[in-house]
Amino acid sequence: MARIRLTLYVCGPTARSTRAIGNLREVCQNVLGDDVEVSVIDVLDHPDRAETDRVLATPTLVKTSPPPVRRIVGDLSDQQELLGALGIDPRLHQSPTVKTNEQENGL
Amino acid sequence: MSDAKAALAALEKVATGIPGFDTITMGGLPKGRTTLVSGTAGSAKTVLACQFLAQGIINSGTAGVFVTFEESVEDLRRNMAGFGWDIAEWERQGKWAFVDASPGADQDTVVVGRYDFGALIARVEHAVEQVGAKNVAMDSIGAIMSRYTDHTPVRGELLRIAQALRGMDVTTIMTSERTTEYGGVARYGVEEFVADNVVILRNTAVEEQRRRTMEVLKFRGATHQKGEYPFTIVPGRGLVIIPLSAMELRQKSSNIRITSGNQVLDEMCGGGFFRDSVILVSGATGTGKTLITCEFVRGGFDQGEKTLLFAFEESLDQLVRNATGWGVDFERMQREGKLKVVCTYPEGAGLEDHLVMMKDELEAFKPDRVVVDSLSALERIAGVKGFREFVIGLTSLIKHLEVAGLFTASTPSLMGGTSVTEAHISTITDCIILLRYVEMWGETRRGVTVLKMRGSLHDKDIREFEIDAEGMHIGKPFRHVTGILSGHPTHITEDELNRLDSLFEE
Repeated sequence: MARIRLTLYVCGPTARSTRAIGNLREVCQNVLGDDVEVSVIDVLDHPDRAETDRVLATPTLVKTSPPPVRRIVGDLSDQQELLGALGIDPRLHQSPTVKTNEQENGL
Repeated sequence: MSDAKAALAALEKVATGIPGFDTITMGGLPKGRTTLVSGTAGSAKTVLACQFLAQGIINSGTAGVFVTFEESVEDLRRNMAGFGWDIAEWERQGKWAFVDASPGADQDTVVVGRYDFGALIARVEHAVEQVGAKNVAMDSIGAIMSRYTDHTPVRGELLRIAQALRGMDVTTIMTSERTTEYGGVARYGVEEFVADNVVILRNTAVEEQRRRTMEVLKFRGATHQKGEYPFTIVPGRGLVIIPLSAMELRQKSSNIRITSGNQVLDEMCGGGFFRDSVILVSGATGTGKTLITCEFVRGGFDQGEKTLLFAFEESLDQLVRNATGWGVDFERMQREGKLKVVCTYPEGAGLEDHLVMMKDELEAFKPDRVVVDSLSALERIAGVKGFREFVIGLTSLIKHLEVAGLFTASTPSLMGGTSVTEAHISTITDCIILLRYVEMWGETRRGVTVLKMRGSLHDKDIREFEIDAEGMHIGKPFRHVTGILSGHPTHITEDELNRLDSLFEE
């Protein structure tokens, strides 16, 4: 089981959503590798999930594991800032492959 | 929909059922629009937002969605229970839905790149659909602004939310903060986005007294009452707005006379007071104001009428004792349900609260006569403006119920003079009775005169009266004294009197 678990909430098939998914995928591929499991949730399809998880802005990336829980809002355009916000040291993650779990992805 | 039709629809308002609010807004909130409610901290924005939804459910079963950016859902459920609103029960019935956007989960949110409030809009839409809401309250947008350091995207997003709400065909109240009572409409300049309709709540200190007011600043394309209207927050009810100047003068006028309880005074008034009139009894302390009220109560009792007496100066025991001293049996009247005495300490509440309390008592007891002893006791707990509004509000209330109202007012000086009460009330009273001390040859006597009697002839004399165990005995006019009203009685000789009498004759 992957050590890092991320959930990305997006709102519809917009350019911003696509950008956020692309940026996240890039970080996963280049930095996090096998160690990460990503769920993408479209709030238009799952407003109830947005309600339970109290998501306000989109895109929102939530790191549920490892603790502490972190929330990052925006299209994740800055990789360094994103890693800093996730509290991940890129030197510890140098894996070339990525494993994403997108069964909840409505896109 | 054609443009003309759209314009007509834009003017439509939806009644809120919030006491007084629909009067000052001339029908309620603009239907399908967003109204910004702006106010400083503690100006009752959240209560108003909740009340808007609560009244919708209570009055017409209209479901509502509450979006909270500030207080937690748990706090809101608990805090609003004091107003008698069982939010949790309404949630179970599918009449009320929360969108919880209060801080907590996203406390440590970091912003990386651009974002929007798409999730929030999706959640609001989802909640509106779920309960079939027609009303939405958002409280407060200042709280969301403070969570994001860069306000420009947040403003743009608020505009999107307002547009999305319009698309959902819901009537919305959005609250926002102000930093000063008289200044910009709202902090962060958010008013630009929902500026079609703006309501301001104020909580000011006037002469050390708290005064809450509500003002409809603008309703685009629709009419409303202008200016600030006082309101109060009543436990078990919420906001009660007192639409003073908006009160209508539509009371019927009665020609039926009622007795003042004193035969001579009735004669002086041309046959008694009119049934639906407001009578002011003014005089210095000890001149007999409370005596006149007792006679008024007895006069009603003898005719089988009910009287409601608001006492702001004396306790029930004192009143009963005084009345007994003049041969008026208050205890018996109370036993027979013909008299209700409400003794209140003026400082115990604000004037608006007193007015609401008096309205409740009036509606519950349904009296034929109302006595306020004394109105001037209430002067000291409010500023001049607040007091004037109270007097107008009370008078309209009494006129509206078509009962006879007798108010007493104390003049600050022993001899002559007028009171603040008189200055505020004299034009709206139908009858003014003055009681005065008259100094004659080293002794104090009392005089009574009817200064004004609307719609009737009345006695112009200043008559002497005496007080004994049976009450008030009005005697002959003072003939050789002048200057009683101004408080400087001067004695004049018979010759001079005759000369004065013939002054205007040919």
